[in-house]
Amino acid sequence: MSATVSHHYSSTGLENRKIAIWAFIGSECMLFVSLISTYLIYKGRSRVGPYPHTPWTDPSTGHVYKAILNIPVTSASTFILLMSSLAMVLALAAVENKGKPQRNLGERILGNSKLWLAMTALLGIGFLGFQAYEFTSFVNEGLTIKTNLFGSTFFTLTGFHGAHVTAGVIWILSMLAIDFKRGLGPSDALNVDIMALYWHFVDVIWVAIFTLVYLIR
Amino acid sequence: MEQAHDHSSLTPAEAEAAGIEHEHPGWSVYWRVAVILTLITIAEVWVYYIPAFVASRAFLPTLLSLSAVKFAIVVLFYMHLRYDHKLFRTLFTGPLIVATCTLFALMFLFGHIRLGHGA
Repeated sequence: MSATVSHHYSSTGLENRKIAIWAFIGSECMLFVSLISTYLIYKGRSRVGPYPHTPWTDPSTGHVYKAILNIPVTSASTFILLMSSLAMVLALAAVENKGKPQRNLGERILGNSKLWLAMTALLGIGFLGFQAYEFTSFVNEGLTIKTNLFGSTFFTLTGFHGAHVTAGVIWILSMLAIDFKRGLGPSDALNVDIMALYWHFVDVIWVAIFTLVYLIR
Repeated sequence: MEQAHDHSSLTPAEAEAAGIEHEHPGWSVYWRVAVILTLITIAEVWVYYIPAFVASRAFLPTLLSLSAVKFAIVVLFYMHLRYDHKLFRTLFTGPLIVATCTLFALMFLFGHIRLGHGA
């Protein structure tokens, strides 16, 4: 980027807000690892079902609860979140390169920040839809946050993550509204970059949750 | 101390010294990264459905390794940590290392990880 842009730089020569978002992401790492730790510590210690990977028969009623986790559905939502990260980097690239000549249809599509911001928000909403479906089906199958240790730790961990995704979607929609109102350009690249860092962080946390909670038995 | 800077006239070496990030990669890198992430996710889910592999000792290390690779790829390429200033790397990896050590310590304290040949 060669445009002249005035930002607030600290004595390190780095932008204050970018340092702040990385420090925030570092602290968020500690928050999520504490939630993941709690899940792992209590894993396999639930006295009653339903269980994540194995069926359970309720001794008092004889009702058989199947394994609660639905891996195909969660795999689809994981794919959606990964693709939202791709859309987000393309949105950032489009904002950074705004004003550069677009010679063909491909470059016009890649340079359309509104398209990629909208795509990111839609994929984020899609992920939240999958999570709402998953939570609803779990409750219908007899697993709530109060049922057992698995339910408590699972809903706390994935609920916190879902809240972060929701905040991210609101942030992206706000940025999209600004783009529609006055257009985003290279001078806004830092704001979009900070938003993108938050969004990718939410994505990498899900990468860890998907493996540690859903795939490892 | 906050200052307003104009970095448009800096050479790449001067920009590096000033801690200004490099040019971000483009579409050609981003779609390749997306394909790699998708393939790794497919591999993770695929091994989950192989009972013999799930029962083997390789299952856990394989899944953890694949997940770590995905994590690193997103952080390095999509979060641009590969191209950014080392202070950002420190701000991210420092807490991550502390948190990971805490996780292992808790797992050890609660009996999920055992050292040696104890009962």
